Amino acid sequence: MSTVKLTVNGKAVSAEVEDRTLLVHLLRDHLNLTGTHVGCDTSQCGACVVHIDGRAVKSCTVLAGQAAGSNVTTIEGIAKGDELHPMQAAFRDNHGLQCGYCTPGMIMSAIDIVHRHSGGQLDEATVRHELEGNICRCTGYHNIVKAVLDAAGRMKVAQAAE
Amino acid sequence: MGVEGIGASVVRKEDRRFITGKGRYVDDIKLVGMTHAHFIRSPHAHAKIKSIDTSEAMKMPGVVGVLTGQQIVDDKIGNLICGWAITSKDGTGMKMGAWPAMAPETVRFVGQAVAVVIAETKNQARDAAEAVVVNYEELPAVPDIRAAIAPGAPQLHPEAPGNVIYDWTIGDEGATDAAFKSAANVVSLDITNNRLVPNAMEPRAAIAEYNEPEEHFTLYTTSQNPHVARLVLSAFYNIAQEHKLRVVAPDVGGGFGSKIFIYPEEMVALWASKKVGRPVKWTGDRTEAFLTDAHGRDHLTKAEMALDKDNKITGLRVKTYANLGGYMSLFSSSVPTYLYATLLSGQYNIPNIFAEVISVYTNTVPVDAYRGAGRPEASFVVERLMETAARQLKVDPAELRKKNFITQFPHQTPVIMAYDIGDFHASLDAAMKAIDYAGFPARKAKASSEGKLRGIGVSCYIEACGIAPSKAVGSLGAGVGLWESAEVRVNPVGTIEILTGSHSHGQGHETTFCQLIAERLGVPISQVQIVHGDTDKVQFGMGTYGSRSAAVGLTAILKAMEKVEAKAKKIAAHQLEASENDIVIENGEFKVAGTDKSLALPMVALAAYTAHNLPDGMEPGLKEGAFYDPTNFTFPAGAYICEMEVDAGTGRSTFVNFVAADDFGRLINPMIVEGQVHGGLAQGIGQALLEGVVYDASGQLVTASFMDYTMPRADDLPSFKLSHTTTLCPGNPLGVKGCGEAGAIGASAAVINAITDAIGNNKLEMPATPDRVWHAIHG
Ligand code: FES
Ligand code: FES
Repeated sequence: MSTVKLTVNGKAVSAEVEDRTLLVHLLRDHLNLTGTHVGCDTSQCGACVVHIDGRAVKSCTVLAGQAAGSNVTTIEGIAKGDELHPMQAAFRDNHGLQCGYCTPGMIMSAIDIVHRHSGGQLDEATVRHELEGNICRCTGYHNIVKAVLDAAGRMKVAQAAE
Repeated sequence: MGVEGIGASVVRKEDRRFITGKGRYVDDIKLVGMTHAHFIRSPHAHAKIKSIDTSEAMKMPGVVGVLTGQQIVDDKIGNLICGWAITSKDGTGMKMGAWPAMAPETVRFVGQAVAVVIAETKNQARDAAEAVVVNYEELPAVPDIRAAIAPGAPQLHPEAPGNVIYDWTIGDEGATDAAFKSAANVVSLDITNNRLVPNAMEPRAAIAEYNEPEEHFTLYTTSQNPHVARLVLSAFYNIAQEHKLRVVAPDVGGGFGSKIFIYPEEMVALWASKKVGRPVKWTGDRTEAFLTDAHGRDHLTKAEMALDKDNKITGLRVKTYANLGGYMSLFSSSVPTYLYATLLSGQYNIPNIFAEVISVYTNTVPVDAYRGAGRPEASFVVERLMETAARQLKVDPAELRKKNFITQFPHQTPVIMAYDIGDFHASLDAAMKAIDYAGFPARKAKASSEGKLRGIGVSCYIEACGIAPSKAVGSLGAGVGLWESAEVRVNPVGTIEILTGSHSHGQGHETTFCQLIAERLGVPISQVQIVHGDTDKVQFGMGTYGSRSAAVGLTAILKAMEKVEAKAKKIAAHQLEASENDIVIENGEFKVAGTDKSLALPMVALAAYTAHNLPDGMEPGLKEGAFYDPTNFTFPAGAYICEMEVDAGTGRSTFVNFVAADDFGRLINPMIVEGQVHGGLAQGIGQALLEGVVYDASGQLVTASFMDYTMPRADDLPSFKLSHTTTLCPGNPLGVKGCGEAGAIGASAAVINAITDAIGNNKLEMPATPDRVWHAIHG
């Protein structure tokens, strides 16, 4: 057992965990942040994606201890109060989700994709390619791709406004 | 009606909790004192259990109990049932072997549970499972159909000699044979319909809690039909009495059929919670999902089509072997029979059809309904035959279809189904226009000049949704009725709750069902709430599968709604001193037609509950229930056309275009309907190009993770071009047909027809991987 201290969604937290505890279980089981999901045991599905220090990471491949001292953002931490993150709003407006299980991981990955392409124009082929680490069984991706492209525009506008 | 009624693409009410991470799935739930279960599963496909030693495991830290298959038998917990009885052609019933929730003696597939460890934490349960010693005596295994029916094959169940469960037929054999004898042309094809894993993204999970003084159980489970789960668990498994069992299916992360069934883990969790006196939670991991979720498809078929000299189809003959796995799952027997062979007429006027289905036990995971459940298999057979016939007869595949389309409705097929309505020309024309079918030869020539193989594939599917009516399915062997129930509860303040037996696991009922109320009453959908998925809240229901939620579930709501409206009108008329017949409902108000007198819905509702001034003899309150049993299936149909380019050097196929033209009758929410089609198409295309279960000769599951089983990813799929043509279903008052399975039913044939057209070779099996396509090209 060891104590892991980190910042999650802007709040300093600490938890007593077994050394083998994965970040995803620290979040779900110890911090009750159940928005981050587990969809596989081989790091293939992306249901567990969170941001560590601003970068999208599969939280099922990271030991809780490895995340010590870092800044973790989960799906619960991206809206500003009642105001949804533009990516969240775009997923809803474009019907980019059905059962919602893959959705938190999708949204966290998608935000990272848009950030990494903030300089250039994001196109459909790029979005499809970059989503390869996230599996959705419900939507056929059609509307997810639409949502990401839509959000890319909204995020630019939001940034410009800031 | 305004912007939120029927036909409006309203964004979904339920999305807010999902996009903010506030959904509540079974694994998100924690109960006080909860323990964790880990199953010990067979590493062998077929073996005798000689002994199980749990003594070391019992001493491990945190262990609360280790329970075995023998204990579950000793406690007289029932075997898993199959809920649809099929009669063989010789008049005998199904030869069904016993399926205990954990194996006491013999295991018949890799992954079958033999024991379970219950511990304080999940990791402790896992650690202790390592210390359980199971001594097996391996038996020879038969993982595929051909091996299982070979003479001298090892026997799986003593009840099923030769591993044949039933040999079933439908149609007129003599008339069909005669049609083939007098045919001008006969087309024949051997077809393998590959085995698939549903792979809902949320793994199955169950939490069971036993309340000892009340003798009451609660089960939280990832189910598509909580009421049927409760019924089966209580009536057949001897775990709890129905009134002492509450089943809750909260947010469920996709089902696609795989969460219709009752699984051993749910039974064991319930039973174990009583044994250890603590709540027990089990959450499967992905490998467990591969090893234990019911698989889909897995048919071997020999199909033949007879045509006369004018290219009119005169007969269809099909012999199918269906692999049902090591045990018979809940609805398994109906899938390759009544859900499959009854759709072999497709969209075509075929006077003679005969089908024989032989279902077989093998040492594999049980097979049951997966998105489409029998209809994709039927559609694939018919549409591959049509394409093959067109090529053999050297006629245009679209023209051959048009020549044979059914155009008169109702149409009685030779295999039970009575199609109520459709316009097959309209959807094929729409799809041909969308893809510029006429321009294809020029595109093909251009591609060919660039060294690419280009092909186009058509697929015209029909589906039977909303399985019904109860009387008919009962006569065919179904163990349940296939109605739906609903209750509409108008609260004293005028807000409305709809209690429904349908279960939403991604289909958007929380929005579409509210749209019906918005339409009828003219209130915003925010004023309406859906209650579902909890047997303590909703009186009864049959759940969601087979695209039955709109056609059956929503109609039940409509029936309850009509009763509510009738009573509300009486109350309003009484209060407004008008005639009941003069009351009209508009924008949430009850108005006296032709006057400015009106009463808002909340006032009517309040009057119903205060009951100070109601018509004489009227019962207070404003809530009504209804059960709705449909009179027939509904028949969504459509045309899909796929254009593909194949690289002869690598065998890789790439989408040029994919268009879909569907007829789902009335669309409640077009945006949601299209989302359903997208998802179905992805699964149909996944089957055609990527997905396939592989067992090795010893029965080991080679594809047991996302690293080995190819799930469609965003990069594997095109954007789809959808359109709709509409014939309103005459069988229900809403005119709806159902849309959830269409894509999965129609897509595979379109893709394979396109690739085989491109490569000029018909010998191609699914999944059409680059390797297989390369070999098909190069021999
Ligand atoms: S749970 Fe992390 S990638 Fe699947
Ligand atoms: S919405 Fe269900 S898995 Fe993506």
